[in-house]
Amino acid sequence: MEGSKGAKLTAKTIKWISPLFQAAAFLLALSFTTLILLAVGAPPGQAYLNILKGAFGNTNSIANVLVVWAPLLLTTVGVLITFSAGLWNIGVEGQVTLGAIFTTWVLRLLQESALPPWLIILLAMLAGMLGGALWAALAGALKTFGGVNEIFGGLGLNFVATALTLWLIFGPWKRPGTGSMSGTLPFPETLWLPTLSGLRLSPWALGLALLAVVVVYLMLRGTRFGLRLKAVGKNMRAAYLLGVPTWQHMMASFLLCGLLAGLAGALQVTAVYHRLIPSISSGYGFLGLLVAMLVNYQAVWAVPVALFFAALNIGSIQLPIVLRLDSSLAGVLQGLLVLSVLLVEGARQQIMKRLRLSDESAPVEERP
Amino acid sequence: MDVALYDIHKTFGRVHANVGITLSVPAGTIQGILGENGAGKSTLMKVLSGFIRADRGEIRLDGRPVVIHSPSDAIRHGIGMLHQDPLDFPPMRVIDNFILGRKGGLLPGRAAAKRDFRALADQFGFSLDPDAYVDTLTVGERQQLEILRLLWLGARVLIFDEPTTGISAAQKEKLFAALRLLAEQGRTVLFVSHKLEDVEGLCHKIAVLRQGYLVGDVRPPYKTAQLVEMMFGKSVAMGERQPAKPGPVALRLESLSVEDDRLKVRDVSLTVHKGEVIGLAGMEGSGQGLFMRAICGLVRPTGGRVWVGDQDLTGRSYLAHKRHGVAFLPASRLEEGLVPGLNLTEHFVLAEERRSFFVDWNAGRSLARQRILDFNIRGAPETPVESLSGGNQQRALLALLRVPLDLLLLEHPTRGLDIESTIYIWSKLKERCAQGMAVLFISSDLEEILQYSDRVLVFFSGRVTPPLEAADLTTDRLGELIGGKGWPEKGGQG
Repeated sequence: MEGSKGAKLTAKTIKWISPLFQAAAFLLALSFTTLILLAVGAPPGQAYLNILKGAFGNTNSIANVLVVWAPLLLTTVGVLITFSAGLWNIGVEGQVTLGAIFTTWVLRLLQESALPPWLIILLAMLAGMLGGALWAALAGALKTFGGVNEIFGGLGLNFVATALTLWLIFGPWKRPGTGSMSGTLPFPETLWLPTLSGLRLSPWALGLALLAVVVVYLMLRGTRFGLRLKAVGKNMRAAYLLGVPTWQHMMASFLLCGLLAGLAGALQVTAVYHRLIPSISSGYGFLGLLVAMLVNYQAVWAVPVALFFAALNIGSIQLPIVLRLDSSLAGVLQGLLVLSVLLVEGARQQIMKRLRLSDESAPVEERP
Repeated sequence: MDVALYDIHKTFGRVHANVGITLSVPAGTIQGILGENGAGKSTLMKVLSGFIRADRGEIRLDGRPVVIHSPSDAIRHGIGMLHQDPLDFPPMRVIDNFILGRKGGLLPGRAAAKRDFRALADQFGFSLDPDAYVDTLTVGERQQLEILRLLWLGARVLIFDEPTTGISAAQKEKLFAALRLLAEQGRTVLFVSHKLEDVEGLCHKIAVLRQGYLVGDVRPPYKTAQLVEMMFGKSVAMGERQPAKPGPVALRLESLSVEDDRLKVRDVSLTVHKGEVIGLAGMEGSGQGLFMRAICGLVRPTGGRVWVGDQDLTGRSYLAHKRHGVAFLPASRLEEGLVPGLNLTEHFVLAEERRSFFVDWNAGRSLARQRILDFNIRGAPETPVESLSGGNQQRALLALLRVPLDLLLLEHPTRGLDIESTIYIWSKLKERCAQGMAVLFISSDLEEILQYSDRVLVFFSGRVTPPLEAADLTTDRLGELIGGKGWPEKGGQG
């Protein structure tokens, strides 16, 4: 029984070592950013303090952080599904955009109708989810039937989605007169998702995002479907031999991710901008990919990490005003965070490999 | 050259692979190194040949202590090792492989090398064409090439790691004759094996390793029971061959043809009955793998029909085959068989037939515990499969098979496993054959083919023999067929 005892020990070791590595990665990213700040002659302490203040300084800023948080959570847990199936759904950005386009489309179609506003909003949001899912299905079909890597397919579809948005804004859906970069004509307030009084935050958006986290968490953890997705993601050939229909599962993961990304897009239209704007996705698709990479398949961790990222985004808006720094500092910190997490993860795996090698009694000598 | 190892220790993390091993081998000796997988024999040999460094201990050659840092260091000291998988370059010519590894000189000096090669080959009675490409050679011939190469580089100590795996009986005799000649010339031969018969028949003395310790260094006359007991700490009974009683038809192939870009297997007809075991013999890549994958729907047949029971499954997917009671276990357990990163419980849940949406993890864990017990797997429900040893991975794969099963296809079911695991795996397979499961298996171990098959198909570069009764076959006959000799002129079905 030596083998099993050893394996248990490793599991335990992994458990207490992992958080240490995460902390190390965070410190690494922070020190890199600090170096950059020092290099451009900005006081790092003050910069960080300003980000903090900008994000959590008052009710309004906290609400704004949560406005970002909701769609970010949706894209994050969405790509967690595709990550589980071993797929890099870069196309999530375009899926958010298509969600927004479909939502806008339905709102435009129905805004003159006699239907009650809540029904119009509901239909529009369902259409958004459908739009995201369709766009994801396209990437999925390219992958499973066309043999196009989902990264390339997704990248291409993202460009198409952006072009489509611009065409709609400056073409068929343009404002009376000439089209404008500020987007289509805003919808009447009756078609807005209700927000908290005086704030931009919609409790509906927040509720839906948190619900999505719970659903995805339960799905990946407790369902047969989730387990099969993981098997496909970790070893497609073995999963197939064990009886999992692999391409169907990959396709399903694309569809589900597209659904959630589409919902994020729908929220951008119904709860935040109330119209279609050129950068309607606000980069939340890509940001969601970053968060998902950071949390390493753990849907629960998406909640705090996405909040942190949202806070960075909102907090850094203050920087140009107060410190004459560009607000892209948030992006720098986010990017560095992901890079250092990947770096540290590489180091961790090396160390774990060594630990694990020492754990196996039999196979050690069989390896050349 | 006298080789002496003093107090060699080597640990891999917590595993003590070699514990204070002291062994002396005088020049001119064929020293057997016997032990099951994981006993530490390969580790010891890798220490001697410079692949790994010992944590402690000393190596003395002809009484002088030496420090060996790398394999090229080792060969400078006159130590050469033949690995289980020959370390050659298949797309190159024999002579180029021969020259490879020689120090100095921008120009290879091919002509001189060829002369040396021929002289050396004659000495040992090897008939190797220096201009042939290595990928046309059999495993046995590649070993011969490697022996010649090491001798040419000046090896006076030769280490052989499981050299009798995958070679024919005739080639084994040739190899043994060569080893005896090497010893007569005063060279030292270290022969690593887990095959008792080989070691007993060849070695002047046998060192037995168990769990990192040297448990004995015995001289003839050898007592098999004693060796087995030293290896395992208890005696193991070899399973007896029990012929199956043919039942109803499990699989029927009607002139099945399949091809890939290298090979064509044509018009194979075969009827397999329930409970029957069919061995597929042949050098690796002779068409048996392709044939097996065509039967279970992983490769599309180019012609003919595949009937499983009374269902025509020709051209249907693997999953359709699986639904009709067919399963395939690949040779590469971690690449194709199991999902690294998932633990045993997750595997058992994954392979379950249930359709429920939610997973009952408690039930899953108790299922895993039960199967772990039933199949004697050394691991816990939470153990990730990649940290299981090879034998335990194979047991886990067997434990994952659904019950009942009509047809099981296995690629190298016991490759890399020790005798104990091999016997265990086959006892489990035979148990299920008794319940009506038919088995087709690929193996490069001739004895395994002969011991466990009822009938045998031999493959040679895409040609297939008609089914041969295993009882009528000998290792020699089988070895010949595998090597492409003794085939009927027109090729019965090839």
